[in-house]
Amino acid sequence: MFRNNYDNDSVTFSPQGRIFQVEYAAEAVKQGSVVVGIASKTHAVLVAIKRNAEELSSYQKKLFPIDEHVGIAIAGLTSDARVLSNFMKQQCLGHRLTYGRNMPVRTLVDMIGSKAQINTQHYGKRPYGVGLLVAGVDDHGPHLFEFQPSGMTEEMVAFAIGARSQMARTYLEKNLDAFADCGREELIRHGLKALKESLVQDRELTIDNTSVAIVGVEKQEDGTTKPQPFKVYDGQDVSAWIESVADNAEAAPATAEGEGMDVDS
Amino acid sequence: MDHRPQAWGRPRDDVYGAYDHSYLQNSGPRQATQAPIVTGTSVIAIKYKNGVVMAADNLASYGSLARFPDVKRLRVFLDSSVIGFSGDVSDMQFLDRHLTELSIDEAYEDPSSDSKAGQLNAANLHKYLQKLLYKRRNDFDPLWNQLLIAGFDGDSKPYLASVDLRGTSFTSPSLATGFGSALAQPIMRRYAATEEDAAKLSREEAVEVIKECMKVLYYRDARSLDRYSIAVVTKEGVELKEDEQLEKQSWAFAEQIKGYGTQTV
Repeated sequence: MFRNNYDNDSVTFSPQGRIFQVEYAAEAVKQGSVVVGIASKTHAVLVAIKRNAEELSSYQKKLFPIDEHVGIAIAGLTSDARVLSNFMKQQCLGHRLTYGRNMPVRTLVDMIGSKAQINTQHYGKRPYGVGLLVAGVDDHGPHLFEFQPSGMTEEMVAFAIGARSQMARTYLEKNLDAFADCGREELIRHGLKALKESLVQDRELTIDNTSVAIVGVEKQEDGTTKPQPFKVYDGQDVSAWIESVADNAEAAPATAEGEGMDVDS
Repeated sequence: MDHRPQAWGRPRDDVYGAYDHSYLQNSGPRQATQAPIVTGTSVIAIKYKNGVVMAADNLASYGSLARFPDVKRLRVFLDSSVIGFSGDVSDMQFLDRHLTELSIDEAYEDPSSDSKAGQLNAANLHKYLQKLLYKRRNDFDPLWNQLLIAGFDGDSKPYLASVDLRGTSFTSPSLATGFGSALAQPIMRRYAATEEDAAKLSREEAVEVIKECMKVLYYRDARSLDRYSIAVVTKEGVELKEDEQLEKQSWAFAEQIKGYGTQTV
């Protein structure tokens, strides 16, 4: 009856100045399971909830290394993410080959931003149905970037995208000031706590559905910094972190830190 | 006689014969550079404790003719590296424009910070130029230069490297192009044969060695000039002096040289 005439392609504005195809793509990001990213002065972490299509299947990966110094977390269409990830890997490798250095993270993010924007301005193309969190280190230190299907990219201190990610963002906003000086372990715990906020009622973090990735710079004895390569942790490797943020284990490790009282009770 | 304006300033056909237009044909195979035309002679450079010193004279020769006696052949890149050009001057000017473009792009990379962190250092620049020159040689259209690149590498250590028109590249505590590799290199090796020796040299010593070498080159190299440019690269930046005069020349030795020229031995 009331068919929307302005959402057939991504080149037509609606009279309200909206491009529906781009908004639908943003909606696809919200269908993906939640991913959280946080950056401190020394590290950037990505944490994610993995989903399995059915009881008998394996869990779909959410965190991907791009190069030694960068990695991404994805929410939305995995196959679209694969295209972007391959592109990013190629660009990083090409940059390493021609300049002999790690590609600056902002340069890389700007590239996928431009690439995605083109899809929103050409007839017959469609926007990518995936949002990314890009974590990496370069000469300026750790960075976290958000990428949206519209081609928008933005540097973030902490962010969450995907299903029910608003709850995670609320947690992040509440603890925003703590992140800058967090160490590696603390940052991961903040990430997992934010992730827990987004879980549905009777679900919880398990070693099967939780992924953690870290990248950072570490101070050497001689005062210089050394990049700590992007590494993804899955399965048994994340069990200690999950336990440290479990509801019943909350008191013990958290008070040892002298922090952690900042979670809502 | 032909008085039409298009004949003004041209050799008269009745005196010199018709002009051979076959040189101007644009059919036939494409010809890339077959030989350098206007050339610069040696560039020399030596590492010392806290940086690198480089020098080249201000002459651009047209064959054996000292055609342009005020051509600056050292170029500063991003206030942190120096490139010395020997070989074809028009290819040098092409590279100069290309590098200006590159440095503008690089400056846009991170306009907020005025630190050198994240900008291309000498090692990155050398890698890039090596790829560029090797690409052009593979196109059978080489940039007819040999370049010396001086500055600092990713670990903030003094860096000195060379690339030639074939893309061949190497590094050494001291480097010289053209005649300099026969005349200046042995002198520089007396002071900096190894990296350890170079790390013991003071700035004053290094400058002195370079000046001595420039003098030897002027004595012996018939395509050289006694006005030269000298650059000192330090962590603080580049100090470039472009109008230096060779001092304390002594041509007394010239009388002893026999065996060629007009003398009868």
